Amino acid sequence: MSALDITARSATTTPSPGVRQTAEIAKLIDESKCIGCKACQVACMNWNDLRDEIGTNVGVYDNPNDLTSNSWTVMRFFEVETEPNHLEWLIRKDGCMHCDDPGCLTACPAPGAIVKYSNGIVDFVSENCIGCGYCVAGCPFDVPRISKKDNKAYKCTLCSDRVAVGQAPACAKACPTGAIGFGTKTDMKGYAEKRVGELKERGFKDAGVYDPQGVGGTHVMYVLKHADKPELEGLPRNPEVSPMVSFWKGVTKPIAAAVMGLAVFGGFLHYVTVGPKEVDEADKDRSDSEKEAV
Amino acid sequence: MSESNMVQRYTPNERGNHWIVAVCFVLAACSGLALFHPSFYFLSAVLGGGPWSRILHPFVGVLMFAFFFVIMARFWNLNRINDADRKWMQRVRDVIMNRDEGLPEVGKYNAAQKYLFWTIVVCLWLMLATGLVMWRPYLAEQFPIWLIRISVLVHALAAFVLITGIIVHIYSAIWVKGSLQAMVRGTVTANWAKAHHRAWYREVTGK
Repeated sequence: MSALDITARSATTTPSPGVRQTAEIAKLIDESKCIGCKACQVACMNWNDLRDEIGTNVGVYDNPNDLTSNSWTVMRFFEVETEPNHLEWLIRKDGCMHCDDPGCLTACPAPGAIVKYSNGIVDFVSENCIGCGYCVAGCPFDVPRISKKDNKAYKCTLCSDRVAVGQAPACAKACPTGAIGFGTKTDMKGYAEKRVGELKERGFKDAGVYDPQGVGGTHVMYVLKHADKPELEGLPRNPEVSPMVSFWKGVTKPIAAAVMGLAVFGGFLHYVTVGPKEVDEADKDRSDSEKEAV
Repeated sequence: MSESNMVQRYTPNERGNHWIVAVCFVLAACSGLALFHPSFYFLSAVLGGGPWSRILHPFVGVLMFAFFFVIMARFWNLNRINDADRKWMQRVRDVIMNRDEGLPEVGKYNAAQKYLFWTIVVCLWLMLATGLVMWRPYLAEQFPIWLIRISVLVHALAAFVLITGIIVHIYSAIWVKGSLQAMVRGTVTANWAKAHHRAWYREVTGK
């Protein structure tokens, strides 16, 4: 993946290179195959050379307790009663979803700090990151984290460096049960549908694929046992870039910028047409009655 | 022009206060506009690039608010809108076209100046409140994301209104000759005062 493959770039108003076509890729996380071993977390730390601080046990299996600038993926464990007296233990590998319409990229004010590659990977270019945290406000999945060490934003890169040389992401490589699939988005969609069919046969009548269209689809998808209730596992039902963010970053700003420019130019035009207000200083005795008379 | 022809409009303290706010405004506006729209990103160079803009902008903003707070307290009463102001506003077209004959008498501030004052007051309070909510790395983590989203939007809208207001403010100082001197040297000519702020002139000179 080179500069030729960047199809969207933050805070950039001209088109990105678009002549080269590459296949869209996707990671498919099959919740029903996940055993919660956290090998993906270890592989992520290992490949990316990240070491989080040792945290504290908060009484659940989640460790670390949340995504951080050093933990780009986290297994989240949910104990839910999907029916009365029917306890289910759901495990979801959380991390960047690599949205096709990335809210982080939309919100980012620093040119080139967030890029989207033609294969669908959304990547943070840290040297351009200014640490404002707008990506955090823009993300519908609450994924980016700002490092306390360097005030830059971090998240899963989908192992863009591995994918660039034809390797699967480290987490997919490490998963012992094959719960993390990686391939072209088309292949992964096909495989996901197959898995959904199998789950339905096993009695999970609401099984389905999580590839939310509100963000244009994602390049990290889930096979969910209860796709009708994604919120059971902390996933938004209809994620979309917040209307607040699209209004803030949409047409409002070019219009506002134009109005400010026109205000300056309007002042100049007024000065050269109507002219300044001048007081005749030679008029030694500007009469007090002069004003009142009119 | 003899000394006696001059009327004191602003004390040295008021002038210093105004210009501290003005310098803070320019720095905050440049660094803020840089993040407002990519077409202004070059303005981030004013404070030394993107990260420095992000670091310094909130401090400059808080400093601006602190000094503006003093201005606000000083000039609050002088900017109360009254009936004469409403009449003056009805003739604002004539004011813009320099047809000043027969306008209602104006005190220290005319109606447009007063409305600008209140615009700045509202915008700066909004920008202080929303700016604190989105301030990284110190405060933003204390607030929920929905509040940060509202804040970045309100901050940008208030900034737009404020900057447009200040463009009008700066142009007015260029347009109405003799005004700038009031804020630079503290004085205006008696004729200027009579022409533009007759009621104020009478009040300070007793004439």
